[in-house]
Amino acid sequence: MAEFPENVRYAKTHEWARLEDDGTVTIGISDHAQDALGDVVFVELPEEGDVLGAGDEAGVVESVKAASDIYAPIAGRVAAINNELEDSPEAVNDSPFGEGWFYKLTPENSDDMNSLLSAGDYQKICEEESH
Amino acid sequence: MGLKTPMYEQHVTAGARIVDFGGWDMPVHYGSQIEEHHKVRQDAGMFDVSHMTVIDIKGSESQAFLTRLLANDICKLTLSGKALYSAMLNEKGGVLDDLIVYDNNGDYLMVVNCGTREKDLAWISQQAEAFDCSVTERPELAIIAVQGPNAMAAVDKVVGNETRSVIKSLKIFQGGYSSTWFIARTGYTGEKGLEIILPAEEARQFWEDLANNGVRPIGLGARDTLRLEAGMNLYGNDMDESVSPLESNMGSTVVLEDHEFIGKSALLKKLDKGTREQLVGLVMTERGILRAHYPVFCNGQQVGEITSGAFSPTLRHSIALARISVATGELTVGIRKKQFAVQRVTPPFVRNGKQVYKTL
Repeated sequence: MAEFPENVRYAKTHEWARLEDDGTVTIGISDHAQDALGDVVFVELPEEGDVLGAGDEAGVVESVKAASDIYAPIAGRVAAINNELEDSPEAVNDSPFGEGWFYKLTPENSDDMNSLLSAGDYQKICEEESH
Repeated sequence: MGLKTPMYEQHVTAGARIVDFGGWDMPVHYGSQIEEHHKVRQDAGMFDVSHMTVIDIKGSESQAFLTRLLANDICKLTLSGKALYSAMLNEKGGVLDDLIVYDNNGDYLMVVNCGTREKDLAWISQQAEAFDCSVTERPELAIIAVQGPNAMAAVDKVVGNETRSVIKSLKIFQGGYSSTWFIARTGYTGEKGLEIILPAEEARQFWEDLANNGVRPIGLGARDTLRLEAGMNLYGNDMDESVSPLESNMGSTVVLEDHEFIGKSALLKKLDKGTREQLVGLVMTERGILRAHYPVFCNGQQVGEITSGAFSPTLRHSIALARISVATGELTVGIRKKQFAVQRVTPPFVRNGKQVYKTL
């Protein structure tokens, strides 16, 4: 059973976003997504300083099964990237909401988080997808 | 809802992700195909390959029949239980399937692919009509492969004395019977190990005994990366009826001298003209994965495409097989609008757990 933690918001494209105390937004892919992808082998991340619009391509996840584009859930400037993923891409599978985080954004407008899905709504979408 | 092997429930209990494979519900992994791959290279793993097709070829003209049916020479099998890997061709020299056939004291035991079951059985039965021999599918048999440096020791622990001594007597690429179990020192991983063909009703217990002795179940995902590292072809990907063994890195399995077989004249015509395509190994050390159908370029022109590609867990970068027109020069592969340099190599990529390829 995939996990759908409620302390993050979700995009239909399976990214999650968490507003941190310092105002940045940490972004990764959901447990449902990493499970569907299988073993993650390479992660292509954006670069620090990149400016992304909501829905822009922000990188690629290559798994044993397929390559998948990842998208920025909200607009902002890339403040940090998770360099650990270069040596340990399996963190995306093992800890998708923890050590498997992809990058952090300084959001254009933190209110944009409200346009993302709640855990419950995202879980419904995932369940519909499986049928 | 597909066909299920005797071990289906055990796969589900072990946490398998089940997928459809040629109409069968099969385990693609049990959590991590990369971990399963490493387990086979470093220890021992077991594969349920009961979806494959087992066929008895029996009768006074079995050898004459297989001489004609197969591109490799069945007469090479002079040792009891010895195995032969061969392509089976149509009249145009196209590959109908690749298979293994074992000597069975004058008769033969053959294992062909799952996806080609109906086609192969129809073809083989039809071709056998001209010979005094019978073709009988054995759907009541299961197949379990145990592979890895510790595979033989693991099997040794769970079988009885008679089976133990049969295994001990086997040479590489040879099989033998212990009661109703046929055990062979063959495999599809490049590791030491056994492939065991046994009655379905005994397979479940054997699988459980192996599991209780530390042998991990391995899914089809790892099976594919293991065989690719070992440079072994997969029918349907690396060859099919539209190509001959000469363009599939299988030339060494074809015996043309003093051997009349279906497809021979077509192969001779190809050799006369000069083969224009070949199946080569590719290695990419840049970050990324080579996948089937990605285009291969040489000097700006497309020269072919990848037939099988994957991330190699042992080498930690991507490897592939590709069919390209005979070309000299640096090769690149197109991946999502960019081109990446690849190194052309002769398979296998891995042997004894280490890189073994040389650059051409």
